[in-house]
Amino acid sequence: MKSLRTPEARVRGLGSAHQGLAHWWAQRITAVALVPLLLWFVAHLCATTGADYAAARASLHQPINAILTILLVVAGFHHGQLGLQVVIEDYVHTEWAKISLIILVKLLAVALGAACIFAVLKVAFS
Amino acid sequence: MTTGERPLSPHLQVYRWQITMVLSILHRATGLALAFGTLLLARWLLALASGPEAYGPVQMWNASFLGRLFLFGWTWSLFYHMCNGIRHLAWDSGFGFEIPTFYRTGWTVVIASVVLTLIAWFWGYASLGAFG
Repeated sequence: MKSLRTPEARVRGLGSAHQGLAHWWAQRITAVALVPLLLWFVAHLCATTGADYAAARASLHQPINAILTILLVVAGFHHGQLGLQVVIEDYVHTEWAKISLIILVKLLAVALGAACIFAVLKVAFS
Repeated sequence: MTTGERPLSPHLQVYRWQITMVLSILHRATGLALAFGTLLLARWLLALASGPEAYGPVQMWNASFLGRLFLFGWTWSLFYHMCNGIRHLAWDSGFGFEIPTFYRTGWTVVIASVVLTLIAWFWGYASLGAFG
């Protein structure tokens, strides 16, 4: 059967949802970034387990630790909300509930991400 | 959208359980766990920024039995999702689609996630001075 899609629609490859490629790429790029960032983060936590308040603060005060933590927060929250969006799209089929949940997740990710970055900067510049 | 009368495609319960399917489900489950785990990260960073009065109780909870159990689960979820995520990136690049490779990389992911989790926790306890 001859395809009913126009040649332009076919070459753009976006399908009926009109989007998706940007989401797919962002999920992969943040995933690649998160591998070294999380290995560093977990190793850092392991090495400083049991550190008291002053030591923990002094550690995050160092520019390299603050920068890596901010990068981790940005990549992590972005990756997380992209993943949660797919889960919601898979299981919530009532349109208003699906859209509302996705908006809620995205806003929460931005809000929590901003709070985390503020916390890191506050320690870094103190 | 009406979904009530329409036939649905077969879901999980009609399939025989097998490793490939379990690993796929675990990828999503650990992803969800990690998403909720970001709340712990946010609480920890905010407590650290606000002062010792806020930081103390958070660290007390982290050191409690329930806290450690939670963090242990979080560590494994993280390493599992990371290792299996690398497996996904290989598929995205066009590698690893042969059936024997599926099984081999799948078991590799399981073993690697457990080993990495144990290394992290031994390291953490060593930092605490638990091994003298």
